[in-house]
This record gives sequence, structure tokens and C-alpha cells, in this order.
Amino acid sequence: MSTPAIEILGLTKDYPVGFWRKRTRRSLDHLTLEVEQGEVLGFLGPNGAGKTTTLKLLMGLIFPTAGTARIRGRSIDDVGMHRAIGYLPEQPYFYDYLTAHELLDYYARFFGYGAAERRKRVGRFLEMVGLATAADVQLRKFSKGMLQRAGIAQAILHDPQVVFLDEPMSGLDPVGRREVRDIILQLKQQGRTVFFSTHILSDAEMLCDRVAVLVGGKLQGAGAPGDIVSMAVHGMEILFEGRQGRELPRSLAERAVHLGGRYRIEVPEDELYATVEHLRTCEARILSVTPVRPTLEDYFLRLVGREKSQSHAVEVLVR
Amino acid sequence: MSALTAVVAINTFREAVRDRVLYNLVLFALVMIGAAILVGQISIGIDRLVIINLGLSAISLFGLVMAVFIGVGLVYKEIEKRTLYSLLAKPIGRQQFLVGKYAGLLLTLAVNTALMTIGLAGALFYVGRPFMRSDLSILVAVYLILLELALVTALALFFSCFSTPMLSTLFTLGIYLTGSFAADLREVGDLTRSPLLKGFMRALYYLLPNFHNFNAIAVAAHGETIPFSLVAQNTLYACAYVTVVLLAAAAVFSRRNLK
Amino acid sequence: MTFGGQSRSLWTAIAFIPILLVAIAALQQRIDAQTSTIAKEQEELLVRSGRVAKNLSLGYDSLLADVYWTRAVQYYGGRVGLPGATFDLLWPLLDVTTTLDSHLMPAYRFGAIFLSEQGEVGAGRPDLAIELVKRGIAANPGEWRLQTDLGFLYYWRVRDYKNAAAAYWQASKNPAAPVWAKLMAARIAQKGGSIETSRMIWSELYESTKDPNVKKIAAQQLLSLKAQDDQAHLDKLAAEYAKRFGHDPASIQDMVAAGLLTGVRRSRRIRLRARARREIAFKSKQSYGHRAARRSRSPLDPQSRRPFARFLVTSRGSRGNENPLQ
Repeated sequence: MSTPAIEILGLTKDYPVGFWRKRTRRSLDHLTLEVEQGEVLGFLGPNGAGKTTTLKLLMGLIFPTAGTARIRGRSIDDVGMHRAIGYLPEQPYFYDYLTAHELLDYYARFFGYGAAERRKRVGRFLEMVGLATAADVQLRKFSKGMLQRAGIAQAILHDPQVVFLDEPMSGLDPVGRREVRDIILQLKQQGRTVFFSTHILSDAEMLCDRVAVLVGGKLQGAGAPGDIVSMAVHGMEILFEGRQGRELPRSLAERAVHLGGRYRIEVPEDELYATVEHLRTCEARILSVTPVRPTLEDYFLRLVGREKSQSHAVEVLVR
Repeated sequence: MSALTAVVAINTFREAVRDRVLYNLVLFALVMIGAAILVGQISIGIDRLVIINLGLSAISLFGLVMAVFIGVGLVYKEIEKRTLYSLLAKPIGRQQFLVGKYAGLLLTLAVNTALMTIGLAGALFYVGRPFMRSDLSILVAVYLILLELALVTALALFFSCFSTPMLSTLFTLGIYLTGSFAADLREVGDLTRSPLLKGFMRALYYLLPNFHNFNAIAVAAHGETIPFSLVAQNTLYACAYVTVVLLAAAAVFSRRNLK
Repeated sequence: MTFGGQSRSLWTAIAFIPILLVAIAALQQRIDAQTSTIAKEQEELLVRSGRVAKNLSLGYDSLLADVYWTRAVQYYGGRVGLPGATFDLLWPLLDVTTTLDSHLMPAYRFGAIFLSEQGEVGAGRPDLAIELVKRGIAANPGEWRLQTDLGFLYYWRVRDYKNAAAAYWQASKNPAAPVWAKLMAARIAQKGGSIETSRMIWSELYESTKDPNVKKIAAQQLLSLKAQDDQAHLDKLAAEYAKRFGHDPASIQDMVAAGLLTGVRRSRRIRLRARARREIAFKSKQSYGHRAARRSRSPLDPQSRRPFARFLVTSRGSRGNENPLQ
């Protein structure tokens, strides 16, 4: 059994709050998590759950109140360990007086590459993230999406074994998101470990080997997306269009949701064929039939709701 | 270790240049040109003296302003703008980063000062006196000004590690002013009767950076020589004090939680 | 408001800028006229104390000194020639200047002249001038010019010959100082009445100078000093005679006869008589000879008590060391 790529053991972070900084707010509560090498882990949670805090703790930007963590067997206090990791911060800001090319070249210098090697790498990665044409534009002129791409480039240009991405899809248009997804898949193919936080659940479902859900600083659950969410089918969803001039039967119209010319209806699985027959008699045009499964979102919302009601209860008690 | 420090230093220099900091040289040039042209009409018999006084004072003042205003933002800006996040994820320690920022600003100041010195030489040339042996004291005075700036920069960097630019500016300038009057403070202490106050003032005198040590403008203006031993001692003093301040800055910064 | 409307009103407003600037200039003129009438008699020198200025300068002392020096010159130049001009601020300005930069030579020299100058071309305060120059000397001991300036002040303004000569003498000790410093020192000492000092200066000058002209002057001056010295001594003896006999002596012979003046040259007749007596005494070895000899001791006698008598130039051109017995 090889060393896990990431080992987090009881990591806790308290922030002092209040005017006299006496009270503390616990933003991360004894997080314990392991990520195997070559795994892609999605770190999920609503805003303020402690995802960014976790990443900052792992990067050594803030210091834990309790607990430790190891990356590739080396403590997070070890600066040399940073040679093998890459990091994309949330809302990346970079030196806006530099061009994209200069920025990557600057960061590349920290890894001891020679001038030729740097040139090669910078060119390659600018190409990969789609910034080759904007290489000589100052970063202050970049859009958010372009900055995000530059951020990804600087995170991986030294071929790190473990890559940490904080909300890599944020600020990107669908094309950009697809590109980032492809990059993550590519990294996975290369055998690298990817740890990324997001609140876009569909991305997590699509990319991750495992997900970990953090709500209110506490780890709610970790496992393969399929494991967390049961695969039981709840019902069937039918999308259809009504034909011109033909009215829908009332039973259907009541239960259907009208969406601009189309209808959507959910029926239990055993009523599926009956409904389809019904629609056939109305000469409705069936667009799609999809099984309805609980998504990560449902799971998620349930967790958040529970957490919210719990914390609410706690607040009431305190008051 | 020093390689990464140099990387940060050169980038800091590049940032200052792109921030058009060196444009202050234009203002300096205007001042020197104006002085060179007018000095003959206004003062009698001391044109060279005035040019040197004005030039060295301007070098000192411009350098001080630059050291303080850029220095207080050195670390603060990186934290505020979050540019530090991606940097510290690289294999560079916080101390190396600090020293690199310091060295970068120092480099900027050195380049700026060197260019100003050339401007001063030009003004002297224009006023008509050919360069004399005693002009070497001008170079020594410039070197001492650089030592002074090195110390001010270190202080500004220290405050930058934990305080906002406004407060850091006030603190740094405050220390600069009290350090300039350090000798007077000691005199006040010597004059009092209370041995406690005297001891306190004395301690304060040795604790504060004595910036008047580095002021050789009057000496250079009158063409007197500055003994080498004094220059060497001042260099050592500056190095020792800068080391103390940078160590303090490293201590403060190394356990700071970035926002 | 439409975009076009906004920019039109903006440009209209901008067109008013030149008018406003003219108004600002006119207002400034009015303000100046008002404040100059108010402040006409007030002279503004906010910082009069050198010490305060030094503290305020924040280390830029010598530059500030130059500023104050320039102000002093402008102040003087702006007022000199105006009827009824006073120069009250000249001393504070120079005081601050020299406190800030104690090596600023022109300030001391300027002050030496124009602080002490009377009437409408100076502040008329030689005491302040002396203080300023003394301060300059204390800070710049190697500058002999300041010391000659001090000598000048003492001599011409205050008529304090003793101090003047002392100042010139101090100046002359500096190897860089020219010869005339010493000349002046001696001159003043002489004129001021201190013959010993003058003699000292002239003797030293005589010994040290290589210039034959200066040597000649020194020799002449030394002899002149001697004559003065003798004159003084004679006057003293005459007073003594008057005290003894109740009236002034008619001639030197009277004083000689009275025994007051032992080293004075007698007339030929007396000389011959004295010689005859001595021959007789020698021959007879009588006490009479002793008495005679005692009474007629010649100034040229080596036993005479007047050592400098050798230098006395006699009317017959006889020089010292002549043996009266020949």
C-alpha cells in the first residue's frame, strides 16, 4: 500500500472573532481525510463551509489550530514539499504588471529550470490553457476567465504530482469549463492526484473518483459519488410537446409543468407505459424519457438543510 | 536559497520600474537644472556649495519618500492582492520571500540614487567647477545616504508585515524623526536629575536607529574628507541594525495567517 | 440627460476655466495689497533662533543654511540704499545661518562688515559682528581670514587696540596667513600704545622674513620704538627732577648734574676735565680720583647701567663701545 498522496489528520482551524478577539469561530472541525495517489477527489460544500480554509492550511498560508497533514508523506511545514504540488487559489490574482508569459516564466524560476527549459514549458502550457495568443498582454487587461486559465497554467507548469485547485471552473464560460475538465482528465490520465473544491455538483459527478462533502466545517461524508447517492430510481421524467390544436387531457395538464411550449411530467416507474399511451392518444410529441435519480444536489441540500437546522437550534440554545 | 531570493528581488525591481517609480528622476532633474541655472544669481560665492547641498538633500529626501511609500506596501500589497497565495505555494520559504522583497527595493533605491548622483555631477559641471579631489566626499555622502535608506526600508518592510500602509507610514516616519533627533534626546536625559529618566533616555538613544550618523551632506558640501574608519563603522552599524529589523520582520511574518 | 447633452454642458463649463484663472490672479493681487499694508512694518522671520531652526531642519541643515544665507543677502540687498533703512533682521538671519552651517565663511565675513557698518549701509552693531566672527573662529580655527576680520573690527569699529593686535597676531600664527597680518598686528600694537608687543612682533618679523624690504621696515620700526621708549623714560626722570627741585630741568645736563641721568653724553669740556681728573687719580691714587671718577661716569662706560644706551645714536656720530679713556 503506497503512501497516500494526501493525508489530513484532525485538521482544525479556529478564528478569533469579536472586538477583543476572545471568542473563536471554528471554521474547520477535525477534518480527517485521505486521498490516494492518482485519485481525483472533489471537495464539495456550500460557501463558507471551510473548503478554501482547508486548502490554505494545506498550502501553509494559514496555520492549523490543531491537527496535521502530510502530502506525499512530507509534512505541510516542509517548504521543499511544494516542489511536487501545484495550487490554484480561489479568485486568483497575479501580478498585474506582468504579461502572461512573464508570469509563468517568473514562477518557473522557482523550480530551477534553465532558460531554454522555461521557454519550452511556458510555451507549452500557455498553449494548453488557450492563452497562447494573449501571451504578451499584461494581466491587468485579462478577463476573469483568462486569469483563471493563467492560474491553472501556473499550477501545473512544473508537472506536479499533486494538484490542488480551488474552484477551478469559476468564472469560466462553458467552453472554458470543458477545457478545464479536459485538463483534469488529462492530469488523471498522467497518474497525478487532483484535489479540487467546487460547488458545481455536476462537474464533481463527472470527474471525481471520490467526493468529500464539507458543511459547516465538518466532514459530512466521503466516498464515490455513486456510493453516496443511492442509485435507486425514483421515477421517470417525460418531456413532450403538445400538438397544435389538440388539448391536453386534464389529468396530464394538472401534473405537467409547462416550460415554454414543452411539458415536463414526472410519473412513478410503473405508470410509465400508461402515460406514454395517453400521450400517444393526444398525439403529443415525446422528446425524452429519463429516469429520475437522486442527485448529489439532493444529497447536498439535505445535508445543508440538516446542518442549518442544527446550527439554528444551537444558536437558539445559546441565546 | 539566495537564488530564489534574487528571483524575488529582481521581480520587485521590475514591479517598481513598471509602476513608473523611476519617473521621480524627472522631477529631480528639473530641480537640479533649475538650481544650476539660478544659483549664480541668487547666492554669492557659494554656488558649488549650494548645488551640492541641494543635490544631496534631494537625493536623501526623494530616496526617503520612495523607501517609505514603497516599503510599507511591500508585504501588505501582496497579502491584500492575494498574489502571495500562489507564490508561497512554490518551494520558497517566507523568509526568502521577505529578504527578496527587501533586496528588490534596495536595488531600486540604489539605481535611483546612482542616476541622481550622475545628475548632480552634471549640475556641478554646468556650474563650471571642474571636478576636484574633494568631490570624492560627495560619493561617500551618497553612500551614507544609501545606508540610511537601507535602514529605513528595513523598518518599512517590518511594519508592512503586519500593519496597514497608513499606519506603517506613520510608524516608519516617526522612527525616522526620533532617530534623527536621537542625540538631542540623550542630551535631554543627561540634563535631568532623575537617574531613572537619564538611564531611560540613554537606553532609548542606543535602541533607536541614529540616523544623524549617516548625514554627511554638510561635510561633503564643504569638501572635507570623511574618515574611512567612520564609513566602515557606519556600514557595520547599518548592517547590524538591518539584520535585527529583518529578523524581527521574519519572526512576525513567519507565523502570520494570511487572510 | 442624453450623452450629448452631458458632454456639451461639460465643455461649456471647461470653457470657463481661463476666466476663473484670471479671477484667481486678480483676487491674489487684492489679497497681496491688503496683507502688505498690514505686514508692512512686520518683518517676517518666523524662526529667529538658530537652535530651533536646527531642530526643524530634520537633518537638512546645510541646505537650510544656504536658504537663510540667500535670504540674508536678499534682505540686505533689498534694503540698502532706501532712505531710513534699518537692518534689524540681519543679525537673526546670520545667526540662524551660522548655527545651521558653522562653516559657511561668506556669512561670517558678510556679517563682519555689514553688521558693524553704521548709518544706512549697515546694522550698526559692531558688538554683534564681533560675536558672530568669534563664533566663526571657534568653529573654524584654521581660517585666518576670520581672525584678521576680527582684528579689523576691534581696530576700526571699537578702537580696542589691544584686542585688535591680539587678533592679528593670532591670525599671523597660521602658516597660510600672509605677511601683512603680522605687520598689522605690530602696527596696531604700536599705535595703540603697547610698545613691548610691537617690539616683539617687529623683532620676530625681522628675524623670520626673507623680504629685504620688510627687514628694512622692521629695523626702522625697532629703532623708532627704542626712541619712543627712551622718550618715555626721559619724561619720567624729568618728573622726578621736578619733584626734587621744584622746577623742570632746563636741559639734560641739569639732570646729569643732579645725578638722575647717569648714562648721558656730556659736553666736550666736561669730558676733557673728567679725563684729566682720572689721569690725576690714576697717578695719585687718591680717593679724590675715585670721587671724580664716580661723578663723571660716561655713558659709554661699560659699567653704565643703561644697557640699551649702546643703541643711542649720538649727534657726533660716535657709535657704541668707544673707549672713553682713549
